[in-house]
Amino acid sequence: MKLAPIWYSLLRRELLLAARRGADVVALLFFFMIAVSLFPLGIGADPALLRLIAPGVLWVAALLSTMLSLNRLFAGDYADGTLEQLLLSPQPLVLTVAIKTLAHWLVSGLPLVLLAPLLAVQFDLAGREIGVLTLSLLLGTPVLSLIGTIGAALTLGVRGAGVLVAVLVLPLYIPVLIFGAGAVVASAAGLSPQAGLSLLGALLALGVVFGPYAAALALRISLE
Amino acid sequence: MSFLNINWYQYSSPQTFYPLAGRMIPWFAAVAAVLAAIGLYISFFVAPTDFQQGEAYRIIFVHVPAAWMSMIIYLVMAGWAGLGLAFNTRLSFMMAQALAPTGAMFTFLALATGSLWGKPMWGAWWVWDARLTSELILLFLYIGYMALQSAIEDTRRADRAGAVFALVGVVNIPIIYFSVKWWNTLHQGASVSLTKAPAMAATMLWGMLIMALAFWAYSIAVALMRVRCVIAEREREANWMNELRETE
Repeated sequence: MKLAPIWYSLLRRELLLAARRGADVVALLFFFMIAVSLFPLGIGADPALLRLIAPGVLWVAALLSTMLSLNRLFAGDYADGTLEQLLLSPQPLVLTVAIKTLAHWLVSGLPLVLLAPLLAVQFDLAGREIGVLTLSLLLGTPVLSLIGTIGAALTLGVRGAGVLVAVLVLPLYIPVLIFGAGAVVASAAGLSPQAGLSLLGALLALGVVFGPYAAALALRISLE
Repeated sequence: MSFLNINWYQYSSPQTFYPLAGRMIPWFAAVAAVLAAIGLYISFFVAPTDFQQGEAYRIIFVHVPAAWMSMIIYLVMAGWAGLGLAFNTRLSFMMAQALAPTGAMFTFLALATGSLWGKPMWGAWWVWDARLTSELILLFLYIGYMALQSAIEDTRRADRAGAVFALVGVVNIPIIYFSVKWWNTLHQGASVSLTKAPAMAATMLWGMLIMALAFWAYSIAVALMRVRCVIAEREREANWMNELRETE
């Protein structure tokens, strides 16, 4: 069998499974919206203040939403034994992990990117900043999925995995948060957002190259 | 050259390392105690009062070496973790596990002394500047490593999963450091640098270096003590451990 049909069928399987359990995705999106809406309620609805905190709030909410969706990455396949079959199958595990990460981003990262402009309007962001925010999320959320895959693989089947994955993964998310929110803040201050966006792109390139290898190693350790 | 003829690989087994560690502990502990006494004497009685910061600066004799140790220990820990993954040596993982609490302790000590110094100097216990923040994140990484290791029941898996996390953390530390640095910086530049002459009195520098050596010796002694405990716990079923228990 050629390599191309394998990645295609793997990706199709992941997306089909996600589509059959659509409620999970919708719940995650609502979590994102609710978390973002809590901040004006807690801090106050002064438009100037909201404009100031919007990049950080949206980015932190995206971080937390991604983190909450991580347990779905491997848990289902682990519970019904599919994961062991995938490990035994002849194609490289790195490829399998990369496909699963891509599927995770398509299901829980991309919807956040598409929803973010709407929420940004609620925070009274200007058009240019909304564009920068969306672009930064588009570059940054795949990195969150890539790092998160490592955390999910390490904590597979461990008791208290939900809290543990947060403790492991959130510190590693900090650079993405800083560059992502920083690009929007720079743009709002009249500076070029290019530095932050370029650095996000660099993190994405690093993550694509090394993330799947580390996650595959972690998965082998968890399942041996 | 009898020193070179020793078969060092022999000590990669817990059985032979356990008594060796026991013999080394008193030496490192003694060195740590003597150097700490000298270092503290210099820092309290010999080093001059700083003309800008007054007496409050004296906390750097603990703060700076603790911050150095917090970073060095993470690197050493990740080094042991990498060795363990590469060569599948159980003792390497045990060393990594033994180092983590000491590293976390020094990270906390650096943060605590830093905030004690920051209150009179900056007027705030905590400032979100680059070095404080990245030191705090380093503490989170230590906590993550220890939490992951203690959450997994199977020791082989716990060792290896912890090692992967330590290595991922080591790759991320420079990224985190520079991201936080570009994000905001308030902390003064490094006082000691390898490339230019230090911007402080020689006695201050000596006090700090001696304290750093004392912390090194302390870390080694404590890590060896802890690794002995780890060996004793993991090898409690082994024959050699039972024989050792009978002879002692």
